[in-house]
Amino acid sequence: MPEEILRITHIAKEYRMDGVVFTALSDVSLTIRKGEFTAIMGPSGSGKSTLMHIIGCLDRPTAGSVFIENHKIAMSSEQELAKIRNEHIGFVFQQFNLLRRTSALANVELPLVYAHIPAKARKEKALAMLAEVGLQDKTDNFPSQLSGGQQQRVAIARALVTNPTIILADEPTGNLDSKSGAEILQLFENLHTKGATIILVTHDEHVAAHAKRVIRLADGVIVSDKKGK
Amino acid sequence: MNLSEYIKLALRALRTNKVRAILTMLGIIIGVSSVILLVSIGTGLQEYVTTQFQSLGANTIFVMPGKIDLKNMQSAGTSMMTVSKLEVSDIEDIQRGSSVVAFASPAVAGAGIITYRGKTISTELAGIWENYFQIMNFTAESGDLIRQSDVERTRKVIVLGDKPATDLFGDSDPVGSYVSLGGVRYLVKGRLAAKGSGGAMGANIDDHAFIPYTTALRQFNQSKPYMIVVKTLSQADVEQASVDINRVLLRRLKEDDFTVMKQTDLLNTITQFLSVITVALGGIAAISLLVGGIGIMNIMLVSVTERTREIGLRKAVGATPRDILAQFLIEAIILSLFGGIIGIIIGALGSLALNAVIKTYITPWSVMLASGFSALIGIIFGVAPAIRASKLDPIEALRYE
Repeated sequence: MPEEILRITHIAKEYRMDGVVFTALSDVSLTIRKGEFTAIMGPSGSGKSTLMHIIGCLDRPTAGSVFIENHKIAMSSEQELAKIRNEHIGFVFQQFNLLRRTSALANVELPLVYAHIPAKARKEKALAMLAEVGLQDKTDNFPSQLSGGQQQRVAIARALVTNPTIILADEPTGNLDSKSGAEILQLFENLHTKGATIILVTHDEHVAAHAKRVIRLADGVIVSDKKGK
Repeated sequence: MNLSEYIKLALRALRTNKVRAILTMLGIIIGVSSVILLVSIGTGLQEYVTTQFQSLGANTIFVMPGKIDLKNMQSAGTSMMTVSKLEVSDIEDIQRGSSVVAFASPAVAGAGIITYRGKTISTELAGIWENYFQIMNFTAESGDLIRQSDVERTRKVIVLGDKPATDLFGDSDPVGSYVSLGGVRYLVKGRLAAKGSGGAMGANIDDHAFIPYTTALRQFNQSKPYMIVVKTLSQADVEQASVDINRVLLRRLKEDDFTVMKQTDLLNTITQFLSVITVALGGIAAISLLVGGIGIMNIMLVSVTERTREIGLRKAVGATPRDILAQFLIEAIILSLFGGIIGIIIGALGSLALNAVIKTYITPWSVMLASGFSALIGIIFGVAPAIRASKLDPIEALRYE
């Protein structure tokens, strides 16, 4: 069995709004192993976004622990969380979230800038990664000069460039037409074949069908966890 | 991320919004250039006054009627109103009582309304002895100065300063012509060489005319000198001479009847006054710098709000709060520093251009004050927006529309 890459234990998350406590997650535990392609599914309000934020170290749980590569994540320091996001997590967003008026190359280089990689090495890695997603001739284009599918490819290249432990994709095809969406999903499948660990958050059954493992959430708890194939 | 990365990042951000960046800088540019310009005018004025005084000679002492307190810029009964109790005989006493006095001359002043061929001008007229020209370092450009024989014989002769001579005679030599002074005909005996520079100040040293002391007493219906002007042997003797003069005059007069005024006292008082004005001018201009700083803060706050998603994304890919703080702070500092540099250049150019009209002098302290202040403003007014950016919650920021 491949090694454990992510383990979350007894995670709970409560929000307090105007004195009213709202429970987004209650007692969620799960383990992800290296190379797994997992989809987290659930209707809106099921807590899947909250779970993704906690896995991605963007948010802190009210209770429970997160272990990445068997290291417990100290949730105390912003500085520390930023470092973990930089080293271990590659985010892919529904909205792409590329920097405007910034070339595809510079967008892909961004995480490496915060990883203190020297400019030359940064450029080499970013170019290689853009080639990997098939955009070797679009490196100097601004996001506004690229199609939605191409923009998402740049975003995926950005997520991959630090060689992260986990790729965390939040509805990556939500803003794309079906053809581009299919291409992006194919790209994720290829990455999976090469051994990448991918977590896909979606409410779309067709998208989730590409994953090898499907975890379903409802009302803040895991209701099913099926491993296919 | 190191400093050069932050600077590159800030420059790129400012480039994407050029017009806004320039407009924001404009506040700082105006502030810095006006500080430099106004201070250079003030300092130029000081320089001008100092050189004018020095051309009179630093070893000059004025004995004035009444008590004048230079320290407080007050006089017990303004000197103009005071009836002079000085006598010509005091001059002899002074020369006998002090070994360091080289020359002394009485002076009586009056309105110099001079007419020549229908043209009338007004100048400062003084009745003096021959010595006066040596005391004040005046030399004749053409003709001759007032001589003691003119004084003894109460001759109706006049020596024109450069300005009245030019005003009345233009380029032609006035010597030998007759001018009218209060209805009385005077022979122009000489014309003085110009001393001062352009006439930015009210009291231009070249705007004078001189007649013999005795003639002036008659002309103005006076009997006593208005002032006694003394020149010491050297500059080092000024202190000794003023003590001697005081002692000599106190034998005959009361303390309140006269004031011994050293050139240096007068100069100190005036430069002190002018430096207060200079600092005040700089201070007023500094207020506009402050306004420029508020402009920077305003635009940085707008920029943080506009770039909320960018901040969220940067945090998601690993930017620490400190990275975000530095990014926005450095952007604000670069804005104000660039504004400061452009302001210094504009202020300096403006000051050089003004130099054609009035003397200006760019001081290092005003340049340092302006540039230091503008960098400081970038930090002070950039901190609040930068802190706001660094504290944004990445999840909220990424959701921001």
